[in-house]
This record gives sequence, C-alpha cells and structure tokens, in this order.
Amino acid sequence: MNQNSKKKLTEVFASIKTEADKRFKEIKGDDDQNILIGMATCGLASGAIEVKAAFEEAIAERKINAHIMPVGCLGHCYAEPLVLIEKPGFPPILYHNVTPGKARLLVKAFLEEGDPVFEHILGSMEENDIIPSVMEFQRFNQEKRIVMANSGLIDPEDIYHYIAKGGYSALVKALTLEPEKIINEIQESGLRGRGGAGFLTGKKWQLTRDVNEKDKFVICNADEGDPGAYMDRTLLESNPHQIIEGMAINAYAIGAEKAITYIRAEYPLAVKVTKKAIEQAKEIGLLGKGILGTDFNLDIVIFQGSGAFVCGEETALIQSIQGERGMPQPRPPYPSQRGLFGKPTIINNVKTFGSIPPILKKGAQWFRGVGTEKSPGTAIFSVVGNIVHAGLVEIPMGISLRSLIFDICGGIPEQKKFKAVQIGGPSGGCLPEHFLDTPIDFDSLTLAGAMMGSGGIVVMDEDTCMVDVARYFLDFTQKESCGKCTFCRIGTKHLLDILERIITGKGKEGDIELLERLSIDIKEGSLCGLGKTAPNPVLTTIRYFRDEYEAHIREKRCPAMMCRALTAYYIDLDRCARGCDACVGSCPTEAIFTTRDRKKGIDQTLCVKCGECMTSCPVEYDAVIKVSPPELAPKIERPEEG
Amino acid sequence: MNDTAEDEEDAMLKDITSMLTYFEKHRGNLIPILQSIQEKHQYLSPLALQMVARHLKVSSCDVYGVATFYNQFRFHPPGEHQIKACLGTACHVRGGDIILENFERKLDIKAGETTPDREFSIDRVACVGCCALAPVAIVDDTVYGHMAPSKVEGLILGFEIEKEREKRKKQSNESK
Ligand SMILES: Cc1cc2nc3c(=O)[nH]c(=O)nc-3n(C[C@H](O)[C@H](O)[C@H](O)COP(=O)(O)O)c2cc1C
Ligand code: FES
Repeated sequence: MNQNSKKKLTEVFASIKTEADKRFKEIKGDDDQNILIGMATCGLASGAIEVKAAFEEAIAERKINAHIMPVGCLGHCYAEPLVLIEKPGFPPILYHNVTPGKARLLVKAFLEEGDPVFEHILGSMEENDIIPSVMEFQRFNQEKRIVMANSGLIDPEDIYHYIAKGGYSALVKALTLEPEKIINEIQESGLRGRGGAGFLTGKKWQLTRDVNEKDKFVICNADEGDPGAYMDRTLLESNPHQIIEGMAINAYAIGAEKAITYIRAEYPLAVKVTKKAIEQAKEIGLLGKGILGTDFNLDIVIFQGSGAFVCGEETALIQSIQGERGMPQPRPPYPSQRGLFGKPTIINNVKTFGSIPPILKKGAQWFRGVGTEKSPGTAIFSVVGNIVHAGLVEIPMGISLRSLIFDICGGIPEQKKFKAVQIGGPSGGCLPEHFLDTPIDFDSLTLAGAMMGSGGIVVMDEDTCMVDVARYFLDFTQKESCGKCTFCRIGTKHLLDILERIITGKGKEGDIELLERLSIDIKEGSLCGLGKTAPNPVLTTIRYFRDEYEAHIREKRCPAMMCRALTAYYIDLDRCARGCDACVGSCPTEAIFTTRDRKKGIDQTLCVKCGECMTSCPVEYDAVIKVSPPELAPKIERPEEG
Repeated sequence: MNDTAEDEEDAMLKDITSMLTYFEKHRGNLIPILQSIQEKHQYLSPLALQMVARHLKVSSCDVYGVATFYNQFRFHPPGEHQIKACLGTACHVRGGDIILENFERKLDIKAGETTPDREFSIDRVACVGCCALAPVAIVDDTVYGHMAPSKVEGLILGFEIEKEREKRKKQSNESK
C-alpha cells in the first residue's frame, strides 16, 4: 500500500473513531452514572428483563440521571443476573443475583443516597480502599481475557462501543500490511484452531493464500454442536464485532471477498446480534465495497445451521450450505484448497477468529508469552455440571485442571466428592482424580485420552454414574451419526444397546471386552471425526472406572445410585414422623401411601425414582433412603382400602 | 371443522407461493427456504415440500431427504405451547431426563409429539446455553432454570388456569 492510500485509510478510520469516542463519552463521561445489565442468554434466563424494567422504573420515579446499558456475558453465569454500577466517586461495583427488589433498593440506597449496599456486592472491578476488589477471587485473578476482554462490558448491539474500546484498529493495521506479512504474524504467534483439532491457523491460511483462484471464502464455524458447551454462542452475543474483525482480517489476508457466519438456528439471540453487527459495520464502511476507502471488499452473510451435530465438521458444514444433507466428505482435498462450491475456503472457529485482532494489535511475541510453548494463548471453557461457580472462563493454556475446577470455579457443591471431569463433549473423555494435575493444552489432554474439543467441561461428583455418562454420549452420537459409514451408523447403535443393557441390570460377562473391541473397530472404520471419536467416552470410562462397569454387570448395583433400574427409594419407618405429609404432595405419581400407624411407605410399582420425596422430607427426619441394588429396600405393604 | 382446517392449509400454501418468489432458484437456497417456511408456519407440510421442490426444480424426495436430515425441521404442526426439555450434558447430569419424563407423563405424550387438542407439544433439545441453571426447560421462549418435577405441575397448571379464565371471559362477553 502506498503512503497516500495509507494516509487516507488512517484518516477515514480516525473520523469513525472520533465519532465513537464522542458517543461513548456521552454515556460514559466522568460524571455519568451507568447501570450495566448482563443480558446474554444466561442473564435473560435468570430474569435480567425484569431487573432492567425495575431499574428503569426506579430511576424514572426518583428522577435520577443514569444510563441503563444492556451488555453481554461476563462469564459468571452462576451469579446472574449480574449488574455493574458505575458511579462517580466509587469504583465500578459488580452486584450479583440481582432481583427487581434489589434493583429498586440499589437505585434508592446507592444512586440516590450513596450507600453501596455491601451485602449485595460481589466485588469492585478496580482496586480501591472502600470495597473489596474482585481480584481477590481466584477466578478473576487467574483469568486472562483476550477473546472475552470486552464481553459483558460493552453493548454488543452498538458498534461504536467496540470501536471506542479500540476495536477495528487491528483491521486498519492489517489493511496497511501486505497479506503475506499478516499470515506470517499469525504463523509466528503459533495460534492453533480453537474448534477442536488444534490445527495451526497461520499454516491453513497460507495454504489457501497459495491457491491461485479468484473466488475464495471465509467461514466462521459457530455451529457449536457439543450438547454441553455454549461459549461460541456467548461470544457472539456479547461482542460480535471482535469475531467480524477477525474474519475481515482473514479475508483480506487470503484474498476473499465473501464470508459466511454459520450459526445454529437454535441460537436466535446470537443470530440477531450478529446480523445487527454486520449491518452496522456495513453502514459505516467497515464491511461492504471499498472498505475504509481501500479497494478491499467484503460481504458477510449469516447461514443458519439446522441442528445437526455433524455439520460442525467442516466438510459436512459445506455440504449443508450447498443445500445438501450434511454428510462429511473424504479429505483431501481439504476445504482450504477445495471447499465451498469447489473454491478454496477457510473455516475457523469463533474463538480462533476472536484471537486474531489482539494478535495483530499486540504482536505474535506477546501472544506467545501467554499459555504454553506448543499451545500459546488462552482457552475458553464453559465449566458446568456439579460445580459451584458454573460459567465461562478464559484462562491461559497450561493451567492445571485442578486449579480450573477447584480454585477458579470453586470446587464441588454440597461437600460432595469429585469423581471425574468430562472434557471435549461427545468426542472427549472422562478423566478421574489422578489426572487433575494435567495441564490444559491440546497435547496433554489428548495424551490423557480426552481432548480439547469444543471446550465443554462437565464436572461430575460422586453421585454421577460413569456408565450412564458413557451411555448418554453414545445416545447422542448414535442419533447424530449421519449414516454414511457402516461402522459409525451400526457400531454406535450396538455400543448403545450394550450400555443400555448394562445400566438396566441385564449386562453379561464379556460385555466390557465387547465394548472395547467394537470401539476400536468404529474408530478405525469411520471417515470423519464423529465416528473416529464417538467411542472415546466409552473407552475412557472403561479405562478409569472399570469397577463401576463390573458392579453393574456382576452385582446389578449402581455404585453412584444413579441408574434408575438398579436403585430404589424407601422410607425408614423409624425416622418417618407420624402425621407428616411433606413427601406425599411432592410425588408426581402418587406412589406414596400412609401406613396403618400413619407413617409413609413407597409403592415400588408406581415409583419413578425422581427423588422428589427425598428432597421434600424435612431435614430433621431425613427418612427417605436410596439403595442399590433395589432388593435392599424393605417391603412395606400398602394397607387395604377401607 | 374439517373445512376450516382445509381453509387454513389453503391460506398457508398461498402464502408459501408468495414467499418463494423472494428466493432465487438455486440449490443453496434450499435450507434457508425451509427455515423461513417453518419460521412462519411452524412446520413443513407435505404439500409445502412439494412446492419447494418445484420451485428449485429438484425432486421432492431430494427435498424430503434434506429436510429430514436436520433436527430443526418438523413435519407436524406443534402445539399452542411448545415445551422443550433440555437434555444437554449439564442438564442430564442434574436429572434433565426426570423433568422430560414428568412433562411426558403429565401430558400423556412423548417427546416429539403434540397433544390431541393441540395445546402442548414436547421436544427434547441439547443445551440451550444456560447450563449454570440446569436442569432447564423452555416453554414458549421463556427459559425456566432449576427445574423440579413439582415445577412441571405448576407450569402446566398455570397454563390450564389461564385457558379456563379466557374461556370464561369469552363466554361472559358472548352472553352480554
Ligand atoms: C463431529 C464434528 C463436529 C465438529 N463441531 C465443530 C463445532 O461445533 N465448531 C467448530 O468450530 N468446529 C467443529 N469441528 C471441527 C471442524 O471440523 C474444523 O476443524 C474447525 O471448524 C476448524 O476451525 P479451527 O481451525 O479454528 O479449529 C467439528 C468436527 C467434527 C468431526
Ligand atoms: S445442558 Fe441444558 S442448558 Fe446446557
């Protein structure tokens, strides 16, 4: 790029930036009061809409001057609805589990009278003398936010917020560079694809750059089919522009003018926010024809994925955009050389694109300084299951599983014992306690038998049955198998049948060995990653929890007391309180009857083992008891009517 | 009764004809077309699929093959209230299947079905992105976290009461 056009480019962007700063200042000036409300899916589900309405009413009623700003997700889903209040003279303060009542209280006590109401505070976002800072929590302290840096702090539906925070300056920088130079920078950063396999992003871009074709495509993979992961969705809902910026840099670097964001249709909010973001970027000349006065053109469109897990696989994804059934295709040719409509196509994950702008802004060396040598940068996980502080975390690669689960996410609730952690969704594996010191990076996890996969982490406590977990994932992959390969289509069905037999107490000697043999055959006989990894949950649970399989098969007993065919509930008559009816109303099937001496019994033929009676039995009696095998439950006859 | 159902179908097909004119006739538009028909009319009827096939000049079994491949598409009209029970990993670990079963038992239909009076339908979904609130159910776009069997009864009772109230209101309006 010559000096003249460089000058023009910087000028055009400078005027956009000035506008953004001006608008941002209007709401976030030094003496403005702001109320930031987390309104991504998790916030909405916890009642953020009602909270926002309560704030609006209260400030109108009390004639208080404050801006209400809907923002994305901070990642602390366990504490939603989260509200951040900025008031001059105070550090920004984060409030958790805010209800409409608390909202009204905060307006009156804090905004009007200056009392920050300590008991509702999670922490302040800056170090200060008055209020304990969130940095005192391990969670905030150990996290390193690169991709999620602005998530939850800006309005995702206002492009100027992102620009005011420094957004799109990486694109401007990119446009002044030779494409080769950008690709070199990405190669040097060592960034590996965050979609699962961990392929070197720079290398992939170079391959596509090298193909001599006029039409090329860039696709952002936001299909996110793992049934226990939601970070890609949250990123798009919280800060879509960082992803769009990454895609634009990619398109410029490889010479593409068309890009597609492939978002699953089950994510309506992410679709809506991204659509709006693309429109806004187009309006101010950051997308479309002649971007920022240069001769670079780029159109981004949204394609909604129709809810087939296998469509997250790149070749299947391409098939579905072309209007076909989403069946994976043999590789090579790789999409990077022959992809969508036969043209070279880059497919990267949402988080991969999100990492691009920071790398370009701060340099490859800076990025290499985060994480480990072979896996530089950060990893974003959704940590869910039996965990105190469930939510999204972004941590430098290399942190141990133990510190992620126990320090950052607060460990297991209700003083239960940790049993296993499932990483990588249906393609991943379950790791037991002695793997807790494994560092989180692509290679160490693969070595342990799990994999980075999509980034879903499910923590399981002692009450989780490992055979059932394996069955759960097999049930999922068996349904999602596209049916192309015989081993995947029929093999997974057989695996599932055997597992079902085991959890219902019909397992036979030799079943474990059969599962193992079949698993290996399926891995070898499948074309795509779905079949190649589908047996992982079975193999890892057998490897690390073989005794549980054996208990199910030999003793017809579920050690975790989770498999319903192998457990029973009964009421201990010595503890049951005469005349107490707490459990009766809780039973959805009317299985609980009153005995002759006005205590309670459970009719085993009607009981569906939902556990409601156990929850409802007052703690002082604690009379409902769960046993496995079911024969251990004493027989209590229902008295004859009348 | 039958007449109105036929009228409804007629109106729907007419509407689809006009929707189709907005889509260029190329194969890549197949899924977006099916999505917009379903978004507007809740399901894909056999005649609708045939119309799409004719528009794109592909065989109807081709269209049917694609439509049935994807979980998103339904081929029967859903109920007035759509219940989705999350069976994602986090919800499963926290007893999501028990919640689903309670809905099924209460309404006497299975996942994927609609009650005969077309009031309710139940579907299973995989992770709706609020795992921190597991187990989760979605009823008509409202997400309910920390579900329990007793909450299932409450929810359905709530709808029934609402319906009863509306019926009464209508009756009293008519008698006026
Ligand atoms: C069964 C299956 C499902 C997949 N699902 C996803 C997905 O949901 N999101 C994703 O980004 N990659 C997914 N992938 C990986 C993609 O095929 C591809 O490797 C990835 O999008 C490349 O992006 P990256 O280089 O940024 O990782 C899946 C792969 C397989 C085999
Ligand atoms: S698993 Fe149910 S919301 Fe994620």
